[in-house]
Amino acid sequence: MFQQYSLTHVQFMIEGLGWTVFLAAVALVGGSIAGAVLTLMRVSSNSFISRAAQFYIFVMQGTPLLVTLFIAYFGAAYLGLATNPLMAIAVAFSFYAAAFLGDIWRGAIQSVPAGQREGAHALGLSRTHSMYYIIVPQAIRIATPPTVGFFVQLIKNTSLTSIVGFTELTRTAQIVSNATFKPLEVYLTAALLYFLVCFPLSLFSRRLERRLAT
Amino acid sequence: MNYLDFSGVLSRSDLLIKGVLLTAQISLIAMSFALVIAIVAAVLTLSPNRLIRLPVLGYVEAIRNTPFIVQVFLIYFGLPALGLRLSPMAAAILAMSIYGGAYCSEIVRAGIQGIPKGQIEAGRALGMSPYLIFRHISMKPAIAAVFPSLVAQFILLLLSSSVVSAISVPELTGTGNDIQGLTMRNMEIYMVIAVIYVALVAALKGSMTILERVLFPFKFLGR
Repeated sequence: MFQQYSLTHVQFMIEGLGWTVFLAAVALVGGSIAGAVLTLMRVSSNSFISRAAQFYIFVMQGTPLLVTLFIAYFGAAYLGLATNPLMAIAVAFSFYAAAFLGDIWRGAIQSVPAGQREGAHALGLSRTHSMYYIIVPQAIRIATPPTVGFFVQLIKNTSLTSIVGFTELTRTAQIVSNATFKPLEVYLTAALLYFLVCFPLSLFSRRLERRLAT
Repeated sequence: MNYLDFSGVLSRSDLLIKGVLLTAQISLIAMSFALVIAIVAAVLTLSPNRLIRLPVLGYVEAIRNTPFIVQVFLIYFGLPALGLRLSPMAAAILAMSIYGGAYCSEIVRAGIQGIPKGQIEAGRALGMSPYLIFRHISMKPAIAAVFPSLVAQFILLLLSSSVVSAISVPELTGTGNDIQGLTMRNMEIYMVIAVIYVALVAALKGSMTILERVLFPFKFLGR
């Protein structure tokens, strides 16, 4: 009646892991683009623009990702667009990632010592040039460890797409669990697969952080 | 494009209120348990004994590097295979506590490590008992120092409670799913739910700011 839990099932789950990593990568790229815009808005001298970005971050960080996913999913249909699950998921994750990356990167830009900006100003660099040549290169160094850490969060959070029916690792685990009725073994396998991807990244992030501190 | 119609959703506000209360309830319970787990785990990870330190570090890393929903499924669907069958509510609270505890323990540990050694030595010199030193010199200033990070983690814990709708706990998101099934107004219901979550987060942030002033008045001296 039930299938035997076998290597074929694990293979199926590893394929799901591929989709998990793919989704996280899409979210990172989409979130980076929107997050960069948001960061610039946040550090803008125009208080309306910076307030708007702040409000966006506040709302996005105050909404569970699952609810954001539902809104993107049903929102596409509501706007009369054909609901392509992958598209809706990519949009939701990009909006979500942008809010967190925008926050992380603003912190990095603001933690570049003020003397750097003043020095660039004294040398006659324009605001744009001092941003591009002086501030951002130093901010990237500061922002890298938390950005890698957030990528780990993204990988883990793609598991929520299983609820809207996308076949990534968690969904494949559900399918295998239903077929074999071995939930403990199957979900432990899924957890192990996530761990094998996330733990090295976490260690990498921590090492970068330590190197920065010294 | 259709127009938005909130009447079907708002006429079921009694269900929504029940969902909000359940979300608040499981979140607050999980936060308390998570803080207790975090303090115990943080103290244990600072133990000089490897046999104590390593298993606790293993717990923290295992939880931090796997998705919350998989942990929920492991507890709700996996534990019965070991003879432990939990109700959805109990499984949700257990999963959230274990999850929050791992993240908070890192924060609490950073706080304890930030306490200058000289202060503990001073406590000893004054003849304070180990318990009094732990409570007043290590723990209280440590928690006070990292309180904002703990609040940020509590907010993430509150938001993560939406995931337990997947094991049919009728909290806010689960209630939203039910109302969506009744009204077919999917866009409206999730917009309302999102607004409620944002309000809950704002309320939690506000009350934690007040709590910080009450619990740690020494942080605000001379400001």
